[in-house]
Amino acid sequence: MLKIQGLRATVSDKEILKGIDLTVNAGEVHAVMGPNGSGKSTLAQVLAGHPAYTVTGGSVEFDGEDLLEMDPEVRAQKGVFLAFQYPVEIPGVSNAYFLRTAYNEIRKARGEEEVDPMDFLDIMEQKLKMVEMNDVMLNRSVNTGFSGGEKKRNEILQMAVLEPKLAILDETDSGLDIDALRVVANGVNALRRPDRSTIVVTHYQRLLNYIVPDFVHVLANGRIVKSGGKELALELEAKGYDWVTGPQGAAA
Amino acid sequence: MGASIDTLINREYQAGFVTDIEADAIPRGLSEATVRLISSKKNEPEWLLEWRLKAFRRWQQMAEPHWANVGYSKIDYQDIVYYSAPKSAKPLGSLDEVDPKIRETYDKLGIPLHEQKLLAGVAVDAVFDSVSVGTTYKEELAKHGIIFMSFGEAVREHPELVQKYLGSVVPYSDNFFAALNAAVFSDGSFVYVPKGVRCPMELSTYFRINAADTGQFERTLIVADEGAYVSYLEGCTAPKRSTNQLHAAVVELVALEDASVKYSTVQNWYAGDEEGKGGIYNFVTKRGKCAGARSKISWTQVETGSAITWKYPSVILQGDDSTGEFYSVAVVNNHQQADTGTKMIHMGRNTKSTIVSKGISAGKGNNSYRGLVKVLPKAENARNYTQCDSMLVGNRCGAHTFPYIEVGNNTATIEHEASTSKIGEDQIFYLKQRGMSAEQAVSMIVSGFCKEVFKELPMEFALEAQQLLGITLEGSVG
Amino acid sequence: MTTTAFLDDVRAATERDGEPRWLRDLRARGAERFAAVGFPTTRDEDWKYTSAAPIAELDVRAISEPGGEVTRASIAPYTFGQDGWTTLVFVNGRYDGELSTAGLASAGVRVMPLEQAREEMDDVLRDALGSICDVEQNAFIALNTALFADGAVIHLGKDAVATAPIHLLFIADAAAAKGASHPRVLIVAERNSKATVLESYVATGEAVYFTNAVTEVSLADGASVTHLKIQRESPRAYHVGTIDARQGRDSHFVSFSFATGAALSRTNVWTILGGEGCGATLNGLYMADGTQHVDHQTRIEHQKENCYSREVYRGVLDDTAHGVFNGKVYVHPEAQKTDGKQENHTLLLSPRAVIDTKPQLEIFADDVKCTHGATVGRIDNTSLFYMKSRGVSALRARQLLTYAFAADVLEQIELEPVRASLEELTLARFTGANAAA
Repeated sequence: MLKIQGLRATVSDKEILKGIDLTVNAGEVHAVMGPNGSGKSTLAQVLAGHPAYTVTGGSVEFDGEDLLEMDPEVRAQKGVFLAFQYPVEIPGVSNAYFLRTAYNEIRKARGEEEVDPMDFLDIMEQKLKMVEMNDVMLNRSVNTGFSGGEKKRNEILQMAVLEPKLAILDETDSGLDIDALRVVANGVNALRRPDRSTIVVTHYQRLLNYIVPDFVHVLANGRIVKSGGKELALELEAKGYDWVTGPQGAAA
Repeated sequence: MGASIDTLINREYQAGFVTDIEADAIPRGLSEATVRLISSKKNEPEWLLEWRLKAFRRWQQMAEPHWANVGYSKIDYQDIVYYSAPKSAKPLGSLDEVDPKIRETYDKLGIPLHEQKLLAGVAVDAVFDSVSVGTTYKEELAKHGIIFMSFGEAVREHPELVQKYLGSVVPYSDNFFAALNAAVFSDGSFVYVPKGVRCPMELSTYFRINAADTGQFERTLIVADEGAYVSYLEGCTAPKRSTNQLHAAVVELVALEDASVKYSTVQNWYAGDEEGKGGIYNFVTKRGKCAGARSKISWTQVETGSAITWKYPSVILQGDDSTGEFYSVAVVNNHQQADTGTKMIHMGRNTKSTIVSKGISAGKGNNSYRGLVKVLPKAENARNYTQCDSMLVGNRCGAHTFPYIEVGNNTATIEHEASTSKIGEDQIFYLKQRGMSAEQAVSMIVSGFCKEVFKELPMEFALEAQQLLGITLEGSVG
Repeated sequence: MTTTAFLDDVRAATERDGEPRWLRDLRARGAERFAAVGFPTTRDEDWKYTSAAPIAELDVRAISEPGGEVTRASIAPYTFGQDGWTTLVFVNGRYDGELSTAGLASAGVRVMPLEQAREEMDDVLRDALGSICDVEQNAFIALNTALFADGAVIHLGKDAVATAPIHLLFIADAAAAKGASHPRVLIVAERNSKATVLESYVATGEAVYFTNAVTEVSLADGASVTHLKIQRESPRAYHVGTIDARQGRDSHFVSFSFATGAALSRTNVWTILGGEGCGATLNGLYMADGTQHVDHQTRIEHQKENCYSREVYRGVLDDTAHGVFNGKVYVHPEAQKTDGKQENHTLLLSPRAVIDTKPQLEIFADDVKCTHGATVGRIDNTSLFYMKSRGVSALRARQLLTYAFAADVLEQIELEPVRASLEELTLARFTGANAAA
């Protein structure tokens, strides 16, 4: 589904990704771990097409198409979803309206019919339950005044509504207490299907107790330095990042 | 990103056409004779002519104000035509007699004057250059005792009401442009809602400047008697012309005990071209007086047009427990300049005012908020909340806030908040990542930014504002 | 407008000889400017709420000779008990070497009275004096430039760090009556230098006099200057003071203005953030009662990218006191990524106290984050009730809440002895508690 080869990227002329190779097949869950500054969030942002990053080399294929050629909204319409590490506030725009617009844009791009507000509410009903959110949230402005936990749940709600093919969770676990973490993980697990894939970017192993990955990759200094199964995460937790990256890697 | 909001704001000016019609215009220039000529053309009573002349003499002694944050070349007051009326316009004519060409003009602007096509629920007084060309739903309103007619008609039919309230809120000596208006005003609308009557429909005046080199000086007077309620809408457009035209209107609102007046404006005068050539100078004095206890006056404005806007719809909170509100969205683009805001003068006890101002600046536009909140010593327990936000698009525009807060009573509670920000790249990326185009993203962010003001607009106007700004209101939290 | 007396002073000053050519030229420009514009009127937007007429009508003459009976004991209450600080004492506007103390010396830091600086630092003076506070800016600066007789020069050499604060103490006694002084202070901070400067204006009596002070602060790249001004002039005095700073790249200017004195006072605190990455913090507290009039005008001009400014002014007004606050934040088109925050909060204790506040943003850049907020009101009833419900008497609760309101901004003062002293003073003011005053 996703094939990354030799991907390099810079921000303000500083190279952050120095040749990433990663293949994600349909139905798989990959965890990307690494110390601060290793480039794992950059990888997530580059896959979603954030304008602040410049791709300087390599290629990314998504369902056989060149992902890097696409505008961010096209990537979204094709089924790439990024759960933001820092979800953005949009004052004055209701969550419900925002979600319905996004939902319909994606349907339109797929040649499907738009849904009207009443039908959309029915869809929302069941998704809200999944992330244990109250429908009051639908009438509040997007992320405005939300607590950290509410923002992250809101990201998962959006993911549940938009049903992406490839979901990228960028440190969705950071700053969450254990209850919120469980809710977020349940949401992700509920969406697991043979035709959907997930990349979980995280600093801590904790989240992987709930979202069990098929593969774990360790990123350091802009490269994948080690890959393995789910046990790699536990080993990392026990031994620390220095074990795979060396002290220099951790410092980078 | 900048490009996408630019395309939204840089829409072609839809109302810029000219109606080819024979006009009865007086020669350029302003003198006592001009004032007398206008008065005689309107067959005015002596007291009104006297009032005009007093205003004119006062005006001659006044200097044009230059404190606002706007710059423009000198206005030659002797080079303006102060009265121009379509020859076909007949005073007191019925709607069926409206010149087809004028009717067509209003049709094009989306304001049908045909009896059978009238806007449901909205009564319209159509002002074309210097005169009112027709008023709809007059009879229907008369059943409720509501007077809604052109100013000229009101002077003839209800002189006692006009004489009682004319200049009672904005005296002719108030300021340079108010004095000019008092001297040469040609028409406008008059509304009187009797005691205890809730006006069953929206009242509206649609102002159209057509003739070249003509100034429009209309006067609106709205009186809501005890316990009455009225919602009034005002719209304005003008043809595209390469010379500047002056619009100096005066609006007076009076709310007696327990009365409530809601006044909404969508101002879309021609703004000039991309180079800043042409456009309307919109120098307007709007003021309401909450004369009675528990009365309320609410101003809502969406300002998208004019080369220069200079207006401060204000409320004098005289009655105890009275309320003043001001909700404003002002958009400037290209070389447009807006210096707008409000004054809330707290005189009575327990008076309350709310100010919400949203400014959007794009291109080389400059947007200034200028507001005064004044609490007089006797205004016990006055409260004001002011929120004043600016959004910047591009790096050649400017946003300025000049709030004046003068408090002379320690029981007052005054809060003022202001912020300036640009549309964030992160916001746009977030919305794009959810599948939306850049245009959609910008329109969504802008409508969210303005939502507190749009939710105050009556439905009919909300739609017009939506079209003007190219944004959607649906998503605004209400 | 009665500016005659001042013009007489100006004439006398321009006839003064023994000054170098450049200084005489500077004074002449000041004199010309003042003669041309005279005192401002309330038609000037910057003086809308403060009438300078009472100053213009004062029967005062410039103090030319030293005088007064100030002793070490009489300055003690104003020195914060700090012997280690470099303290220059000015009695009725004239430098008093006897009362001044050298304090701890720091390498590269030169502090001296203006007269001495004319001998020893002519190059510094010639370069900097009048380069920041130009006579064109306003009439009071012009007047000061024409007439200043005394003052201080502080020069911080490259990388120099003043280990102890520098205190300029201007004290007035009965001999100041009917006098006008125009103190001039110049602070030049070279690259990466650092100092804290304290400027106090205090009085031992209740004389009527006029102080017209001008302080110029030049901050080179990376310099850091903290300026604390304490205005406790005689209750019948008139005080106009301007502090004007120019900031280079990555420099930091911190200002605090504490004002409780004078019948009428006007303090201008201005800075231009003229290099990238610099920051300005302007805070202040004004407290007035009786018929006092206290006015602050601040102006923060962002000229370059990535600078921040922070501003908090609080005021407590009683009786028929009149407070004025005008805070301008101006952001030039080049000043992208500006981050500005401004607040003004005023507490009115009496029904007849008046505040006119005008926080003002003028923004010409698009990528900025600027906010301002202003509140005016009396003590919050909920807080009052809360304290009462915990057994605190109404009077005591009101006193404590008033103190807390004012002290909130005093916390911003980093120099501990000054903060503690001003907190004590404020507490005493509102609770009548014993304190050194």
